[in-house]
Amino acid sequence: MEILLQALTLRLGHNAMLATLGAGMFGLAAGASGAFLVLRKRALVSDAMAHATLPGLALAFLLMAALGGEGRGLLGLMLGSAISAALGLLAVDWLTRRTRLTEDAAIGAVLASFFGFGVVLMTVIQTLPFGRKAGLESFLLGSTAGMLRADALTILVGGLIALGATLLLRRPMTLVAFDPEYAAASGVKVQRIDLAMMALAGGIMVVGLKIVGLVLAVAMLILPAAAARFWTDRVGRVVWGAGLIGGVSGYLGTALSAIAPRLPTGPMVVLTAAAIFLVSMIFAPGRGALALWSARRGFGRRLKLRAGLLDLAQGRRPSAEAARELRRAGFLSAAGEATDSGRAAAREAAEDESLWARAREILPPEALAGRDDGATPLRAALTPDEWSLVRGVSA
Amino acid sequence: MNLAARQEDFARAQVGTPSLGPAPLAARGLSVSYGVKPALIGVDAIFPPGRMIAVIGPNGAGKSTFLKAALGLAPKIAGEVEIFGKPVDQAYGRFAYVPQRASVDWDFPTQALDVVSMGLYRELGLMGRFRGEHKRRALAALERVGMADFADRQIGRLSGGQQQRVFLARALAQNADLYLLDEPFAGVDAATERAIVEVLKGLQAEGRTVVCVHHDLATAREYFDYALLLNLRKIAEGPIREVLTVGDLQRTYGGRLTEAQLAAFGAPGGAGG
Repeated sequence: MEILLQALTLRLGHNAMLATLGAGMFGLAAGASGAFLVLRKRALVSDAMAHATLPGLALAFLLMAALGGEGRGLLGLMLGSAISAALGLLAVDWLTRRTRLTEDAAIGAVLASFFGFGVVLMTVIQTLPFGRKAGLESFLLGSTAGMLRADALTILVGGLIALGATLLLRRPMTLVAFDPEYAAASGVKVQRIDLAMMALAGGIMVVGLKIVGLVLAVAMLILPAAAARFWTDRVGRVVWGAGLIGGVSGYLGTALSAIAPRLPTGPMVVLTAAAIFLVSMIFAPGRGALALWSARRGFGRRLKLRAGLLDLAQGRRPSAEAARELRRAGFLSAAGEATDSGRAAAREAAEDESLWARAREILPPEALAGRDDGATPLRAALTPDEWSLVRGVSA
Repeated sequence: MNLAARQEDFARAQVGTPSLGPAPLAARGLSVSYGVKPALIGVDAIFPPGRMIAVIGPNGAGKSTFLKAALGLAPKIAGEVEIFGKPVDQAYGRFAYVPQRASVDWDFPTQALDVVSMGLYRELGLMGRFRGEHKRRALAALERVGMADFADRQIGRLSGGQQQRVFLARALAQNADLYLLDEPFAGVDAATERAIVEVLKGLQAEGRTVVCVHHDLATAREYFDYALLLNLRKIAEGPIREVLTVGDLQRTYGGRLTEAQLAAFGAPGGAGG
């Protein structure tokens, strides 16, 4: 427990502190830029890119080792990964546009062949007599144990750049994700923005190689956005909420793995994000599972109340379930008599009901689609001109 | 500038201009094709300013394609298009486009007011701050289409007509001189259709030009005063009373119009619809 606190408050030594901060920055950038990928529905393509980093990583190692180095320079490995991720993206794009393959098939083909090739290369590397290959496999699942100061700084700076790019491109990316045709007609170069978005995703993955590893990189692009979506109906909040969730996951997950250095960092970070996602899915107001359940319940009660009021207005005896709702609202006395407020509410409900009947007659079905739910007052469902149209006819 | 002055200005400026002229929208020999399948062949058109203009024709005639090609959204293979005398990529900001309603993700995390605010993104640039005045302008645009009460409604929770109003408001927020709408009345209720027509006539009264892809012949004369008839090629262009004649319609629609529909247009200048 004490050691966890130390990790969280960055007291496990200078390098561990830098690694934790770097992971937080990485999570922030991944969450925010990933939100646009999810909104543009390109998350799976980014998974193909993530797996396509492996051959580049291995080839970069071989090249650096052949040139006489250790082969483990992070910047060189990142560069190699980025190039091969870009090739993977181009391959998906080419297959989708030039052959009759659908995008999901193209993604599957590219992901599997690049990753397979990468695994073969990694195996070959293990048999070679040169280069310091110990720890190379940690790029698969991420590991911040023994991270160098320069590595942590590279991650920190890379994360900052990605975050800045996300901030700069937030408006065109929103336009393109929501309505590409309109975006194009307002002068946004849709293809260029899409390309920039994928480049950003590729950059994020490469930055996160050391932390989450390439197998789980895509999770940090998707999970935070999926979690944030439960809490809000606005793009800006989804994006920065995802950034926050990603940042917290990166920070917390890395701190957790710092106390258990034998655990790979990637799964710890991703599991933290998954936990936040799970909590959001259940408890978020509005779109969470509990909220949906309670909204459904509330709607049922409003329907029963409405039915009860209409019964009162017509002098009929409300059903038992309706009577329960009427009593709860104070419209029915314990003796089963309508109260004064109950009679007023009943009159109002009856008036609204006859207005609804008019509205259904004069407005076509598509105008009321989704609004005629049997419980919403007509005034709240219509635009002012529709409202005066219906009122005008009934007057 | 009032409408008459604008039109005079337009007529004057047309003399001796080497380009297609300063018309809100001008096309010469415009041809569009998806692959090798032609969607539009050699269309010439010059739309005058300050009019309500309908682009009319049967399904598959290239109406929407004409609009899209004019905005650089469809693959043009020949011909040229200019907006206010300039190629499209120099005219952004002077025109606003309302695409067909169906093409967006209705579960997108955006509320009515946010959608309208997107109309201001171009003006705001990449990093310009979204200030109170911008929000007021977006709200005013929503108000103009009767949707102010729904500003914070997620767009998927609006009816079809309400969604169409929000997209019109997004274009209004752009404060453009030329408005291009692709089937704005498709799938909307009568009250919304009336509200949209009101707004469009208001734009015209302010001297702006409105172009709509329109398929309902019955209302064409009531709403519009100028038309382009298309069926792969241009059939006719001009003031709507001169263009919506039995001969032109028959050439546009072939045998697809009923006797009754044609009879409604039998006497040029008679009550339309």
